[in-house]
Amino acid sequence: MKAKVYVTLKPSVLDPQGKAIHHSVELMGFEKIADVRQGKYFEIALDNSLSADEAQTAVERIAKDVLANPVIEDYRVEVVNG
Amino acid sequence: MKFGVIVFPGSNCDHDAYHVVSKHVGQPVDFIWHKETDLSGYDAVIVPGGFSYGDYLRAGALASFSPVMSAVKNFAAEGKFVFGICNGFQILCESGLLPGALMRNAGLHFACKHVNIRIENQNTPYTNQLENGRVLSIPIAHAEGNYVCDDTTFNDLEENNQIVFRYCDENGESTPESNPNGARSNIAGICNLDRNVLGMMPHPERACEELLGSNDGRDIFRSLTHAIASNGSRH
Repeated sequence: MKAKVYVTLKPSVLDPQGKAIHHSVELMGFEKIADVRQGKYFEIALDNSLSADEAQTAVERIAKDVLANPVIEDYRVEVVNG
Repeated sequence: MKFGVIVFPGSNCDHDAYHVVSKHVGQPVDFIWHKETDLSGYDAVIVPGGFSYGDYLRAGALASFSPVMSAVKNFAAEGKFVFGICNGFQILCESGLLPGALMRNAGLHFACKHVNIRIENQNTPYTNQLENGRVLSIPIAHAEGNYVCDDTTFNDLEENNQIVFRYCDENGESTPESNPNGARSNIAGICNLDRNVLGMMPHPERACEELLGSNDGRDIFRSLTHAIASNGSRH
């Protein structure tokens, strides 16, 4: 079993790195890009003995306590088989 | 009076802090490895600058899970002094000892220069030998010093006088130009409600000798020494 965790900056938080990437993308000639926000993606391999619910609960906690800083970031957890 | 300087893998201002305490403060000081869990016997611990755990995940995030940080939380709860400088400030925010977070500098550059900071609250253990409005010249060296917090937290900080230092120009005016990293309301350092935990991005331990361009940092350490001495006399 595997969990995917997406950590993104809260919409209210400015993202200077996203802005710099946006600028570089424009320099490459891409147009019509309204905004770029940078985030983080984690893949967590879990023991198959866990139920999907148990896995979801465990990874939600990992995301909240470690992977994301709730002051500035939101997170989303997806548990997938395989 | 005994100081401890906590050392994480990747700390690099630990020796500077140790040097200042032993040479300029003139008090006994130990290095404390991050696996230590017993802080008994210490009056103050310094969480120094550097790149603990290589700044992996977020600056200060992984250090906040080190064994010593549980001890530091208990230490702070007992009213003892916890002084976080630069990466130490980031660690104290990540571990919940101070509110808010430190994000990437608004200008994206690593900022390494002398800045001016103004004393906003002289009634803390870290500023009792200074006066409100006094401007200190202290160097900064960071890429993640952009202090952010939500409006509720900010209002609480203001109301409770927890904003201790603000970036300013040489005349003591806080302007956008004198803000080196985009920090909310030019915040350079804050303390907790009880005033015994302080975090700041500038490095007072690098400003204790004329040879290094400024000795303004000494007054912060002098304040802390004074606070420890008067704390001790109350027990």
